[in-house]
Amino acid sequence: MKNILELNNVNVSFHTFAGEVKAVRGVSLHLEKGESLAIVGESGSGKSVTSKTIMRLLPEKTSEIKEGEILFEGRDLTKLSNREMEKIRGSEISMIFQDPMTSLNPTMTVGKQIMEGLRKHQNLSKNEAKERAINLLKLVGIPNPEIRIGEYPHQFSGGMRQRVVIAIALACNPKVLIADEPTTALDVTIQAQILDLMRDLQQKTGTAIILITHDLGVVANLSQRVAVMYGGTIVETGTTDEVFYNPKHPYTWGLLSSMPKLNTNDKELLAIPGTPPNLLNPPKGCPFAARCPYAMQVCVDHMPDASDVTSTHKAACWLLDERAPKVEPPEAALVGGAR
Amino acid sequence: MSMREKQLNNDLFQPAVISMEASEKITEESTSFWQDARRRLFENKGSVAGLIIIAVILLFAFLGPVLSQYGFDDQDVSRANLPPRIPVLEKVGFLGIDGVDIRGVNQYEMKNQKDNYYWFGTDALGRDQFVRVWKGTQISLYIAFLAAAIDMVIGVAYGAISGYRGGRTDNIMQRIIEIVIGIPNLIVIILFILILEPGILSITISLVITGWTTMARIVRGQILKLKNQEFVMASQTLGANSSRILTKHMFPNILGSIIITSMFTIPNAIFFEAFLSFIGLGIAPPTASLGSLVNEGFKSLQIYPHLVLYPAVIISLIMISFNLLGDGLRDALDPKMRK
Amino acid sequence: MVRFVLKRMLYMLITLFIITSFTFFLMKLLPGSPFNNEEKLTDAQKFILNEKYGLNDPVPVQYFNYMGNLLKGDMGVSFQYDNRPVSTMIAERIGPSAVLGIEATIFGTIIGLILGIVAALRHNTAADYVSSLFAVLGISIPSFVFAGLLQYYVGVKLDWLPVALWDGPKYHVLPALSLSVFVIATVARFMRTEMLEVLGQDYITTAKSKGLSKLVVIYKHSVRNALIPVVTILGPLAINLITGTLIIEKIFAVPGLGYQFVGSITLNDYPVIMATTIFYSVCFIVVILIVDILYGIIDPRIRVAGGKG
Repeated sequence: MKNILELNNVNVSFHTFAGEVKAVRGVSLHLEKGESLAIVGESGSGKSVTSKTIMRLLPEKTSEIKEGEILFEGRDLTKLSNREMEKIRGSEISMIFQDPMTSLNPTMTVGKQIMEGLRKHQNLSKNEAKERAINLLKLVGIPNPEIRIGEYPHQFSGGMRQRVVIAIALACNPKVLIADEPTTALDVTIQAQILDLMRDLQQKTGTAIILITHDLGVVANLSQRVAVMYGGTIVETGTTDEVFYNPKHPYTWGLLSSMPKLNTNDKELLAIPGTPPNLLNPPKGCPFAARCPYAMQVCVDHMPDASDVTSTHKAACWLLDERAPKVEPPEAALVGGAR
Repeated sequence: MSMREKQLNNDLFQPAVISMEASEKITEESTSFWQDARRRLFENKGSVAGLIIIAVILLFAFLGPVLSQYGFDDQDVSRANLPPRIPVLEKVGFLGIDGVDIRGVNQYEMKNQKDNYYWFGTDALGRDQFVRVWKGTQISLYIAFLAAAIDMVIGVAYGAISGYRGGRTDNIMQRIIEIVIGIPNLIVIILFILILEPGILSITISLVITGWTTMARIVRGQILKLKNQEFVMASQTLGANSSRILTKHMFPNILGSIIITSMFTIPNAIFFEAFLSFIGLGIAPPTASLGSLVNEGFKSLQIYPHLVLYPAVIISLIMISFNLLGDGLRDALDPKMRK
Repeated sequence: MVRFVLKRMLYMLITLFIITSFTFFLMKLLPGSPFNNEEKLTDAQKFILNEKYGLNDPVPVQYFNYMGNLLKGDMGVSFQYDNRPVSTMIAERIGPSAVLGIEATIFGTIIGLILGIVAALRHNTAADYVSSLFAVLGISIPSFVFAGLLQYYVGVKLDWLPVALWDGPKYHVLPALSLSVFVIATVARFMRTEMLEVLGQDYITTAKSKGLSKLVVIYKHSVRNALIPVVTILGPLAINLITGTLIIEKIFAVPGLGYQFVGSITLNDYPVIMATTIFYSVCFIVVILIVDILYGIIDPRIRVAGGKG
């Protein structure tokens, strides 16, 4: 089996006082062993919900997986009991969160927080777990790990804390690592260090990574494949090269255009006008239609299917239909041209 | 071609102008902060119940003594210690308000009072308990409101000066507060009552002497927080003077905290007044407060439980209502604290 | 940390000094002397009595004498009870009050914590509403009303437990229970808020994502962190317990310090009032100091930062 993780037509809804919010609508994804997949989209596109759905970390009372299956090594995670899921969390699939300032328990030493998962999943003795924790801190590049293991999170800087979070996630050699905006809350210089660390660790450990981000620069750095999410759906997916150099969906064009580039003479930064759709009452047709400069009548009422561009590259857009007018991506979206 | 494909004719594939306004229309009417707070307050069942009970108690407190044919200090030993009896309701046996005492004797027949109704019964001196309870409620509420109002004036002024002036002034004012807080309020209240001779005014003064510190600390904290916020700095750079900043920018923002704090001062004051009456330092007879009525009633608890029952129930209701209303207001005015 | 404790101690001494002086001068302002009510005494006899207790000296002299004696642990003698030393009177009565206070605190804290934790874990369910309602009632209903109800129904009507007095464990139940209601309610309310706050934190998600079981996440990560700020309400609770013992001891005729204090107020026994006032203030201030230090010890964020500074 090539795919370690596979999402088929997953739908997730939140029940709020205002009504049902359809946060994820028919998402299908797959992740191969040892590869790195990036999910890109703006806030509210459903990317974080997707990742938390895989981990089954959404609030039990207010959220619901309405439809679809999440296959991890062939087992459907949506059907597992809580007890079975606990065995997978942290040992087979683990997660890194956005803000290292808040994602560590302030009253527990860093060492204890790393050792917790180890002792639970691998039945290590206290000393074995401690030794492993020191090795992990060394692995993620924290100097003097023997001393720092007994310190509390507030004694670490932001970048160092994120390294600790990564050490916790990697403690049990997980097969899949989900990183939810791991660099967003960090300074730019620290961001690069953390990304380097993650790429390094992936090569060493062979863990498959799902990287959630809104920053295309991060994607190019770390991932082999990209899925672009918008309005709770995946609008385009392909290898990083395909999506960057031959984007097919107008939303991807917009994303690429809005990336700041150092070597162009553009005076202004291009933005995508408008706001994302309201998922309390999602549009019937393409979610991007209202903001799309190339929208057609068909886009309003009919949801486009994903069409194959190549065997690895898919986009869900009516422009790919043979009846649609031929539209060229705007110049600013051409990453290759800009180089 | 699938069925769906057939439905789509070529016309649909013409570029369309889709109004962006539709997706960005603001669907809800804009509401001001106070409108929003009022809505949240009335959605809270507890605070609505509290509000209604307070209104009913206020109504009785002012109308009760006026409507009754008896004065609060009309003594008549021939009608002493009558249990409660209310017209119509006396026929409903289990309510126990049929003029029969705990030994099963109808005291009204015994004492030739067959035509009279004392709704809450009478005390050892034959005074109508109904009038005395509501008169007592009046006095308890009067003390509480007066104490809350004085607390508010002193506390807001002190806190605002301390917080706004800052520096040395703040330092000295805070040291003073720290010492005042270190003194247990109970002790100060008892000592002051001993000196000032029991009475409405002396009770109020003793309550205020320690009570204002709570308000002062809260107001100071809020002002300090606001002082460093951008909108206040913006106003300063635009040349607004201190009084404008205080009245236009700070005061509306701390009004919520002031109201909430006052709302919790009232039940506290009612409790302390009752407490003082209970240890014999309260209102002097024949005037009564709820606390002194309860205290009197305790002396004959085993024979005439009705003397404790009514004032005790009313004082509890007042305390519950104000606490519920206070909780509701806190949730409504300070959504950040809402859980 | 040491500097912090020393600074707090200094503050404590200043506050104590102010409280004692303040109490002394307030007592001097009181109308009449303690012997005014004794009608059988002639003026000459009153003068002799005043002379004996040093009440004819100028106030500043009396003040220095009093403060000097206080430092030696001498709080003067009672005017009403055959010249008994006040310190002995306090020492004799402190036992039942302390026992009552400790029983109520322990019982109230345990029950309050359980209620608060359950309410937060079952947020917005029936369990939460019932526990919150109970907390509002516990905070609102004055302790004398609750004590009266217990005394009447459990003591008089059902005759399950003794109505009053202090003569063995059975006698502790009703007063301790009445005193603990406020503790339960306050702790439950506070714990619920803190738990909800902690449960919404990112590190709880981190703990869950490690695959820890629900129980471990609740116990090791949520409850432990929520407990730290609960220490801060011990101060207000202490003051409430003192107020409470005055009421409860009077209702249940418990021979404690509170009962004696209320009695001395009615009898104008100034030395006892003064000494008890000062004693209560010391208790309160010491509790506040302990809370401050305890908070620094159990919260690593303060402990470590303080240790370096």
